[in-house]
Parts: sequence; structure tokens; C-alpha cells
Amino acid sequence: MNTKSAALATIALFFCACDKSSDDAGPAPYSSRYEAMPASTTLISGATVLTGAGDRLDNADVLISDGKIVAVGVGLRADNAAVVEAAGKWVTPGIIDVHSHLGVYASPGTNSHSDGNEMTAPVTAEVWAEHSVWPNDPGFVTALAGGVTALQILPGSANLIGGRGVTLKNIPGRNVMDMKFPGAPYGMKMACGENPKRVYGSRNQAPATRMGNVAGYRAAWIAATDYRDKLAAAEKGQGEPPIRDLKLETLVGVLDGEILVHNHCYRADEMSIMLDIAKEFGYKVTAFHHAVESYKIADLLAEADTCSAMWADWWGFKMEAYDGIRENAAIVDRAGACAIIHSDSGLGIQILNQETAKVMGAAARAGIDIPPERAVQWITRNAAKSLGIDDVTGTLEAGKMADVVIWNGNPFSVYTRVEWVYIDGALAYERGNNSVNPVTDFTLGTASATGGAQ
Amino acid sequence: MNRLIIALLLLVLSFPAIAEITAIVGGKVHTVGPQGTLDDAIIIIADGRIQSVGKGLAVPAGAQIIEAGGKIITPGLFSPVGQLGLVEVGLSAGPVDSEQRGENFTAGFDVADAYNRRSTLIAINRIEGVTRAAITPSPGYPDDTGTKGHVLSGLAAVVNLGDDNILDRRGAAMVVTLGEGGSFFAGGTRAGAWLVLRNALDEAADYRDHRADFERGLRRDYRHGIADLEALQGVIAGSIPILVSVDRASDMEILIDLTRDYGLKAIISGGSEAWMVADKLAAAGISVVLATTSNLPRSFDSINARRGAATILVDAGVRVALADSQSETHNARNITQSAGNAVGDGLAWDAALRAITLTPAEIYGVADLVGSIEAGKAADVVIWPADPFELTTYPDQVLINGVIIPMISRQTLLRDRYLQTDSEKPPAYRK
Repeated sequence: MNTKSAALATIALFFCACDKSSDDAGPAPYSSRYEAMPASTTLISGATVLTGAGDRLDNADVLISDGKIVAVGVGLRADNAAVVEAAGKWVTPGIIDVHSHLGVYASPGTNSHSDGNEMTAPVTAEVWAEHSVWPNDPGFVTALAGGVTALQILPGSANLIGGRGVTLKNIPGRNVMDMKFPGAPYGMKMACGENPKRVYGSRNQAPATRMGNVAGYRAAWIAATDYRDKLAAAEKGQGEPPIRDLKLETLVGVLDGEILVHNHCYRADEMSIMLDIAKEFGYKVTAFHHAVESYKIADLLAEADTCSAMWADWWGFKMEAYDGIRENAAIVDRAGACAIIHSDSGLGIQILNQETAKVMGAAARAGIDIPPERAVQWITRNAAKSLGIDDVTGTLEAGKMADVVIWNGNPFSVYTRVEWVYIDGALAYERGNNSVNPVTDFTLGTASATGGAQ
Repeated sequence: MNRLIIALLLLVLSFPAIAEITAIVGGKVHTVGPQGTLDDAIIIIADGRIQSVGKGLAVPAGAQIIEAGGKIITPGLFSPVGQLGLVEVGLSAGPVDSEQRGENFTAGFDVADAYNRRSTLIAINRIEGVTRAAITPSPGYPDDTGTKGHVLSGLAAVVNLGDDNILDRRGAAMVVTLGEGGSFFAGGTRAGAWLVLRNALDEAADYRDHRADFERGLRRDYRHGIADLEALQGVIAGSIPILVSVDRASDMEILIDLTRDYGLKAIISGGSEAWMVADKLAAAGISVVLATTSNLPRSFDSINARRGAATILVDAGVRVALADSQSETHNARNITQSAGNAVGDGLAWDAALRAITLTPAEIYGVADLVGSIEAGKAADVVIWPADPFELTTYPDQVLINGVIIPMISRQTLLRDRYLQTDSEKPPAYRK
């Protein structure tokens, strides 16, 4: 474990230190109970490999053992390895979606499954998306068929501060703890713009305007700062500690840099203001999500080291999405800022490679060359970076988790399909092989269980 | 990037608005017509129509020539469902002119009168190859006052995305919402939605047969107004198909019975489970506008949604037009992605191209006008640098009714403004 993983482990300890029962031998409450499936030593041989670290290796091999990447290169050999002949195929890191509502807005999309927006107050930092996740959402399996090996489940965007997000390994479990990505920091969802002001304004409640939104964020951070100060004072023996407050605890986690801010925000002017709020209270915006106008402030985003998680081409469905252009991610990338393609959709998450390709084509038309080895980073390494898991996944580098996708061709062709997905070195999906592929309880007996999900 | 715009403008200005004769010379032409695919062919366009297409044709003297050697040429693409020109911004902004609510009109609502050819969506979609569109009313879910729409949403139209003579066919289909959606408008059950539809058809037939008595006040009142009953005449005559939004296979089986009982023509829109009744749909002559990649059980109506449905339906002989449930309006342009995905899931390439060109034209009764590159048809032609289904491919040039379309949209202007990073002035001063 490198220093960053160690730091993450410390964070995990910090957040469960509050629970007295964690002295017991078992896992701490709510902590990851993910266990990798049994894996054998595997040599993927003779493929075109996009490492996610920026390289493209032709006729190359990937060696996996003990759930980890052992080596990537040409002419690798390994005794006792199962060899996957992959000539003509392409290999990438597992695809990572930083913006999903699988499990919290599960299929079928009935009211009974509407568990993603705690629309009862504009600031609900106390809620955790993981407590809504239904592991039987068939969308996890269709996402797996699209090569997704890890994903962040976020609360919706009705609230200024919607609660904690959770990062999962895409192996459906019996409960969310079985799926939690080991060591991943928490995310916290914030939302700009139309959604919070529409939801609360329509109830004649604050916020009803964008300025009301900003006042709401600032009030929350003022309360969090006060809470943190009281905790610090009590630590020094100056006064009683405040009563534990779940909402403020999450916000303090952000102020302390331990919880990562994922901020739904469309317009360039609003993102700029959000960066100033972060400056006022001393936290970092890890990523803007949707970020439809990031191309207008790519330099500011590069300077702030803030990622933009974007669609390829969703636009116009509301006013704040009116200026969406397909070149958005490419212009962000060109400015040296962190570009990510995200889905926010149970269908889009299955084709993040295709969405990326649309940007590549648009960029080429605009004179920006984005080769496959660079584009793939938008759905692997950069996504992992924004989730704080890039030290353990997101690229094909020795020592990292063997989260690997083998495609039957260039992943940026519309005709290409995922053939095999490995998660921690274990075969999690094989196209067309129902004996390998997972079937959620809900889909038993339906077309999805018999090949419908492909 | 200003240079690019100027170059484009010069290109446009160098041709008159409508060339008398234009020749597209070279290129691989997928006619989607009886001539099949022609390598290194020539297309002669006169007065907005295809005059001839073939190999080794003589180019008339004085014709404007578009060099297309090495290019891929297809008919203009046909968006088979959506609200192009009816919706600018969907949520909280408007205009949204596709949803008729309240008691005044149902079937009689005609979207043709709401279409705006100057909408920003038109240029954004046509420069990516969409030249014709079925514009369809959408069911009106409750607005701020709680007023909602109807099982019968009104009349669809076919338009072209050009700048003149944009209306191709008024009353191209009657939009009907059944299944779970229909139950919402019919008091809570899907059976009620069928009842609403049957009642409307029965009243339309009664009105047809007793119009004179009705006008003399000798006939009972109808639940529907005269405008609605008039609009339904084409439906019961079989000249206007019903475009039925439905996903569950059981509802499709009832639809088959209904079309037989009433002599209707029907198109299914959505069709998550259509693949399960493909043979029956083929036998009944019911077409499907397919939500191509929707493979999740969005509701219990689509519990058997799957990828690859297009292949099963086409193999069974069903006429299939490809759509995308997520991007049928603002991103109608993404039907090429739907087509590519259908191919990736097993459909033949030529069948996929047909499913976004000629088949939707047939479904909406305008195949004599558009859908293929054939002599006599409107000159909707797209010139591509490579495989049009590939995600990285964008058209070099689009022609609609023979008019060379400027390859500019509000999005290309935004792009070009923000590609400039060396300007010391604020963006508003960058032209």
C-alpha cells in the first residue's frame, strides 16, 4: 500500500472511530465487505493495449496474478497462466463512471425505487447514498456488460448539498457493503442552478433563486466551520464537544479534505462562483459534474485542479444545458484540466466508450487530435482520480487491481463490444456466456437473464 | 477559427441558394433504392430533385460540381419520432409546443402549426445528416396547474429541415399512448386507455356515417369535439396510421386485434418487448419505431427489454425505424449511433441504413418523396468522409431538397468562439 492508500485507510478509521463497537474483530459498521471473486493467473496475449496511463502498446500482453496487474508489455511469459489469445482485440483498464444513480434510482423506475433525492430540506449532508442502494438493480449487470468495473453512486441534485456518494466495485452483492470499493473516500454531492431553486422555490421556500442557492451553501459551511472549531476546542479540553451531528460531520469531512466534493453544475459562471465559495471556506471542488460549459472556463478549472465530468452531447433539455457542445471535454483536456466522461444514466453507462468517441470525432473536426490512448483516460484514470482511487485502479500498471476490459476491437468504434471483464483478476463477465454472467434476483426469468442484456 | 467560418460562408455564397443543376461526382453512393450501392457514381440534381444517379453519367454543362471522390454518400437521415422544431428547451424554459392539455382538443391537435424551422435544434441536427423528421405530439403529463393531456395526443407531421417549403405531410400519424402511460391518462388502468381509443374510433365512425343528422341536431352528442372527430376520419379510413407508444408485448397483441377490427394502420413507438411478438407484428403489418438501445426494464412494461431487438424484428419481416429513447429531439442526430449499435448487435449494415432513411419514410407515407437516392425524389443527400455510423464521423456536406446547407449551427459558433484562447477581449467581443 502506498502512502495514499495508507491515508485512505486512515480516513476510513477516522470515520468509524465514532462507533464504539468497532473495537470488535469484525468489520466496522458500513465499511467495505467486498471480497474479490476467485481469480487465477491470466496472461492476455497479443492485444492492442491502452494503458490508461497515456500509452498505447501494440501486440502487447497483460499479466494478471493474485488479482493484481503484474506486468504490461511485449513478449510476457508466465508459467501456469491461463492464456487469453487476444490478437486483434483491444485491452483497457476497467471503465469507471463517476456519476451513476444505479441502485438509488433502480430499474424498474417505480416510485418505490425513487431513493436518490432526500427532497425534504435543501441541505441534507447527513444522508448517505449507500443506504439507498439496491444491489438487485439490473443496471449494474448491463453496466458490467459495457465494461464498467467501478462506479460512484450519488444522491440526486434536488438539494444544495444532497449527501454522501459511495464508490462501488461493480460486482452485485447481497448488500451495499459487499460492493463498497475498499479504501475509497466518500464523495459529497452538491448541486448548483436550476434543480434546487426549482424544487424549493416551488414550495415558496429557500432557495428560490441562484443567489439563494449561494446563500444556502455559505450558511452550511459557516455551521460546519463552527462545528469543527468546537470539536477542535473540545479536543484541547476547552469545553464540551458538541452533540454528534451527522450533517455537520460530513461537511467537516470535506473541510478536512477527507470527503471529496462532486458538484453538479452546468454553467461556467456558476462553476466560477462555486470555486470562490470553496476558496472562502477552504475546501476543494474535486469535480464539477455535467459541467456543460466547462469549455468556457477550462483555464480556471486547470488552475483549480478541478475535474469536469461531462456528457458527450446532452444539451438543451433545460436552460442551463443550452450551451452544451460536443467538443467540451476536448477543450477541457486541451487546457490541461482533468476531463471525464460520465453517464448519469443507466443506458449511457453501458456505452461510455461510445460517448467518448463522439467527442474524439468532434475534436478532430475542430483541429484537436485526441488519440485513443488519451481519450481512454477520460473514462478510466481521470475518473479514478476524481474518486480518489487512482492509486489502486484506473490504469494498467503493475501493482494495481486487475480491473481489465478486453474488447473485440477498437473501443471507440460503434461496432465494438466488450468480450471479457475482469475485476480484481476474476472473470466477472464474458459476452454471450450465461454460465459466467451475473443475473440479479429481479431479472431471473426475464430476457435480461437469458441474454437480453448481451 | 474565424477563417473557418469565412471559408464556410464563401463556400455557401459561391453557390446560388438553389442551383439549377448540381452534380455530386465520385464517391460510394448508398442509394437505398433499386440501384443498390454504386462505387464512383454521379448524382445529378435539378430543381431540388434527383434527376439521375449512376455510373458514368454525363454531367450537364454549367452544372455546379461537388467533388466527392472517396466519400460515402447516403440519403438524408429521417428522424422517426421526436419534437424537433416544437421544443427549444424542455424544462422550465420553453417553448414546448408538443403537448396539448386540457379538454379542448385531443386528436385534433396538429403539431404542424407549431413547427419552427428557425429553432436552434434544426441546424444542429441537419448538419449531422438529419434532413427529414416525423414531429410528434407528446402526451401531456400534468403541468403546474395539474392539467394533463390525453390518450390521443394529436397529429404528427413530416417536415424537412430545410429553410423553405418545410411541411411534407400534415397528419402523418395519430399519436396514441397506451400501456402504462395510457393508463395514466385514462383513469388508472390500461384497459381504460383501450376504451378511450375504441370510443374515439366508434364516435368517428358514427360521425362519418351520420354527419348530416349530426349537423341537424338529430344525433346524440359525442364525447369528442368536431375537430377531433374530423382528425380521426383519416385514421378509420386507414390513411393515417396510429403511432402507438407501447412497450409491453401483451398490449401489442391487443393492438393487433384492434387494427384488424377497425381496419387501422399502426406503428409501435418504443416497443421494448416487440421482439417477443415479432412474427405476429409482421403478419399484421405493424411497423416499429424502436428505442434501439433501451435494454433496461424502465417499468414493468419493459421487463423483457433487450439489445438486438432490431435484428429479430427485421429478420421476422417487421418494418423497423431506429430511434433512441434518450435523444429523439435535441440529439435526433444520434440515430447514426442507434444504427451503428444495431449493426454491432447483429443487424446488417444496409438494413440499418434503410432503418434510418427509407423505412421511416415508408412508415409515414412519404417514400415517394424521400428516403432513397432515386430519380424523381427530393435531393436529400449527405456526403460523409467515412462510415456514417461511426461515432467519429461527421458529414462534410448536407443537401436538403438540393440546397447546399451551410454547415454552421449555434453549437459550431460557440465552439469556434471558445477555441480562441489568444484573445485579450472577453468572449462577447470574439466574433
